[in-house]
Amino acid sequence: MSRHRAVRTMNYDDEYDFDDVYGHSVEDDYCVSPGTDQIPEEDETMGDKPEGKGSYDEDYDPLKDSSNFQRPPLNPIDEARLNSCLEEMRNIVGETTPEHLMIDAVLRSDFNYEKALNDVLNSQSGKTTEPKSDIACRPKIFMIGGDEPNEGSVVTAPQEPQVTRMTFSTGNQTNSGFTPEKNSGMDVETESSNPACRDLGDSFASLDVKKSASQAKLDAGDSGSSNNTPKKAPFLLKTKLERLDVKKEYAKRQADGKDFINLVVIGHVDAGKSTLMGHVLYQLGFVNKRTMHKYEQESKKLGKASFAYAWVLDETEEERSRGVTMDVAQTRFQTNTKVVTLLDAPGHKDFIPNMITGAAQADCAILVVNATRGEFETGFDAGGQTREHAMLIRSLGVSQLMVAVNKMDTVDWSQLRYKEITTKLAAFLKQTGFKESDVSYVPCSGLSGENLCHAPKDTQLSKWYTGPTLAEGIDRFRSPDRMIDRAFRMCVGDIFKGMGSGFSVAGTIQAGSVQVGDRLVIMPQGDICNVKGIAIDEAPLSIAFAGDNAVLTITGSDMNNIGVGSILCDPMLPIKVTSRFRARVVIFNIDVPITKGFPVVLHYQSLNEPAHIHRLISQLNKSNGEILKKKPRCLTKNMNAVIELSLSRTVCLELHKDCKELGRIMLRYAGHTIAAGLVTEILDKPSSKTE
Amino acid sequence: MKLVSKDIDKNSAGGVTMIPEEAEDMWHAYNLITHGDSLRSTTIRKVQTETATGSTSSSKVRTTLTITVESTDFDTQACVLRVKGRNIQENQYVKLGAYHTLDLELNRKFTLGKPEWDSVALDRLDQACDVTQHADLAAVVMQEGLAHVCLVTSSMTLVRAKIDVSIPRKRKGSCSQHDKGITRFYDQVIQAVLRHINFDIVKGVLIASPGFVKDQFYEYMFQQAIKLDNRTLIDNKSKFVLIHSSSGFKHALKEVLQDPSVSARLADTKALGEARALDDFYSMLQNDPNRAFYGLKHVELAAEAQAVEVLLVSDDLFRAQEVSTRRRYVQLVDGVRESCGDVKVFSSLHVTGEQLGQLSGVAAILRFPIPEPESDGDDSDSTDEN
Ligand SMILES: Nc1nc2c(ncn2[C@@H]2O[C@H](COP(=O)(O)OP(=O)(O)OP(=O)(O)O)[C@@H](O)[C@H]2O)c(=O)[nH]1
Ligand SMILES: [Mg+2]
Repeated sequence: MSRHRAVRTMNYDDEYDFDDVYGHSVEDDYCVSPGTDQIPEEDETMGDKPEGKGSYDEDYDPLKDSSNFQRPPLNPIDEARLNSCLEEMRNIVGETTPEHLMIDAVLRSDFNYEKALNDVLNSQSGKTTEPKSDIACRPKIFMIGGDEPNEGSVVTAPQEPQVTRMTFSTGNQTNSGFTPEKNSGMDVETESSNPACRDLGDSFASLDVKKSASQAKLDAGDSGSSNNTPKKAPFLLKTKLERLDVKKEYAKRQADGKDFINLVVIGHVDAGKSTLMGHVLYQLGFVNKRTMHKYEQESKKLGKASFAYAWVLDETEEERSRGVTMDVAQTRFQTNTKVVTLLDAPGHKDFIPNMITGAAQADCAILVVNATRGEFETGFDAGGQTREHAMLIRSLGVSQLMVAVNKMDTVDWSQLRYKEITTKLAAFLKQTGFKESDVSYVPCSGLSGENLCHAPKDTQLSKWYTGPTLAEGIDRFRSPDRMIDRAFRMCVGDIFKGMGSGFSVAGTIQAGSVQVGDRLVIMPQGDICNVKGIAIDEAPLSIAFAGDNAVLTITGSDMNNIGVGSILCDPMLPIKVTSRFRARVVIFNIDVPITKGFPVVLHYQSLNEPAHIHRLISQLNKSNGEILKKKPRCLTKNMNAVIELSLSRTVCLELHKDCKELGRIMLRYAGHTIAAGLVTEILDKPSSKTE
Repeated sequence: MKLVSKDIDKNSAGGVTMIPEEAEDMWHAYNLITHGDSLRSTTIRKVQTETATGSTSSSKVRTTLTITVESTDFDTQACVLRVKGRNIQENQYVKLGAYHTLDLELNRKFTLGKPEWDSVALDRLDQACDVTQHADLAAVVMQEGLAHVCLVTSSMTLVRAKIDVSIPRKRKGSCSQHDKGITRFYDQVIQAVLRHINFDIVKGVLIASPGFVKDQFYEYMFQQAIKLDNRTLIDNKSKFVLIHSSSGFKHALKEVLQDPSVSARLADTKALGEARALDDFYSMLQNDPNRAFYGLKHVELAAEAQAVEVLLVSDDLFRAQEVSTRRRYVQLVDGVRESCGDVKVFSSLHVTGEQLGQLSGVAAILRFPIPEPESDGDDSDSTDEN
């Protein structure tokens, strides 16, 4: 089953290869990629639904259980104090003392580190003289045993960061998605920098208890000793178990009901993206009336009253005064079935680099087009951003798309106009590589708020439209399968000063998971750092997973040792670093042919880096990937090719076959996207560079 | 460069005496002086003397030396040219055959002797001594968090300062770190502008960026200038030109120089001519690939057929160590000229020259189409570079 999982992920990739690479070709003929031999397994594996989301422990009510829990939740400041005490203590006692003991001690001593340390040291030497109060304030762990992971889950107080949870894997994992992998290699790497923890978890399989933590501890010891573990082992073992059990935590979050998606909003400049989403946020209650009123007043003063809703997302002075989004705005909201991280991209041509950064983090997209006569055409024709944006997100791996036909109020909600626009777009999107079934269309008005979150009231619309509202459309997006069992990767999109010590790093976790206390390596700089805190949307957490847009508080490294585009990695399995690599690319619609020597800007996740095309390796047949010509003199539009790129600095890269999210690149030149590609080969050292 | 005397015989052998007057002249000298030439200049030499008591002391003396050139080294940042070779004229301090490194200095004359002044060398000499070619520009190419402050002379683009800082992005509910980051970044760029741009010399200062960075920066800079009463900036306000570029990376300078408002405002520069020629080459490659060749073998083939209309060639090819290699390129140039073709020698210090260098260093636009050579001529070029 575990192998199966790995294979599935690969196949899934391959399926998208076609679309990714060949999607833009004018022809519709899909090609056979080098990875096709794996396709037959696909159908079977595709049906293998992602790990029981939603079905997971559906009637479990976290609040009910947490009523047993007596320790008050910590506020962020105490959190930080706790963390710093722990760090200090760890320096002294090393990893031999279970973290929960230290936490207890810290709390008992009211964050007095010296006192806590004494406590810990005493209790260690005196073995089991734990004060009674200890038990009361220790996190309780409930294990509802069972063979089916669907029935079993570890329950601790939810939203309780920093509490050590002693978690043991329940036995016989049948859920493919969560099966621990013990093989080596990228594909099958387990979730942690500490693979041992997985193994230990297994050795405690089939713990079927509902006990207080201290008892669980003893039990753990027992079952451990039955495994020929020496008597003293429990302590040691437990230390290793301090890390949260990733799959359990993830399952727990899934069980909380709503799926997480990252949604990017794209489209030509002034299509009304920010207004539309600002209005959605307002209608859903994520912007309060007072704030909205303030925006209305202030925007009016600037003579930009029509931008009031856009101000929800356009927050800088510059953006507001010019009425143009410049950088991706990020916020979170919830619909009936989804927790959405919204990325409102800028539409202006000059800000496409920012848009790419946003789109690289997205699972699905809303393409906003302006229905106003003449305006749709401007955005859609050559020179408009509608096409380029759509092609970009497709090349970046976004496959689900909703088209918001916006500003329908300006055409009196004409069904004819709507049809005209959707027909044109459908043809184009199909060519671009979107599956028809993955594209939906919604008529709306971001300004009047019609058909955003409530069924249309305007009879001009309701007389012909009965489809979903924009919010319902968002509900229909599917949350993709997250690679939580891979080595940790987080691409840094933003670096800033946080409140306490260290600094904060924001970005999307592309693979794996991260926990407070983890050590990570910053690539390509190679600096080691510690994770002091994790937050999503300002809420502190103790663990975050692939797909999350998180803020990590980092210590142990300097802010100058990290840049936008750096990648935080599992230190055991860091990402590859190179200044030269090969990629299979599709050339976009370009005016001027590409030759070797061409200077380009390489876009990779949030990184923009100047590079040049070092040589053209081969031109490929669009439909079957065969080599048509070696060392072509130049490449022209719509061609498929393998090229070699070189950079003056090293960058992080991942082979596309190892990780689809991190194996995609974009090349831009003079303000145009000239190619999209997949990393196929990472070359070690530049073999005597030309200069 | 000031030409003092020129003494070249009918066999093209001879010597030329000149005085470098500005940094760019060092670059010209670097392109003129090749392996095997003789170079005469004054220099400082450390000499050791033994006193009667037997103790040694060393002192520095200024002396004039003549060396045969073995290697040259150009420091683009400092515009310093070092020439290493053996002494060929015995003098009081330096023995015959002893090694010496001459540092060419501004405003000190030197004499360069060559067994053969070929056409490319003579052109370079003319260009170096042509004062009308001087059109110094400064350019600040920027994007949020990244700026290159460059000096563009007729044959050099020098990055005087690179500012690369990370600016916190706007975050929900708080833009203050972003705004502070921007202000700090702009302050750094202003400092670099003041430090590296000599407003007495430059004809104009181009500020280029995508989006509104350039406008915002320009506004901020003059706000600050007024606040701090910075006369340098205020007095030169009219020299600033705002231009769109697609990024803040150095290679975006090509777009900047081609912007119509630059050529309209400032004299045509050599850099601009090169950028145009390279664009012409690429559009020919698009429209009629059989009339656009690159790589030495292919271009030589076209030249033999007298098909080359415009030859684009990077000056670093003529700095080849081996005389025979240089001769091959010179012959190509001469051949093209004979058949009335236009030759554009690109400066490898310009961004376009860098690009041409990556494209094998030589390219040609042809008068008439020639079928793409069967044997992969490009082959040798790409193996050349490995
Ligand atoms: N009539 C009408 N105007 C709209 C509608 N939606 C947006 N607008 C107007 O369109 C203008 C641009 O809106 P924005 O939301 O800033 O557009 P945008 O797509 O976010 O623009 P960029 O982010 O700069 O690309 C504003 O003046 C809005 O009031 C709509 O549904 N109807
Ligand atoms: Mg906007």
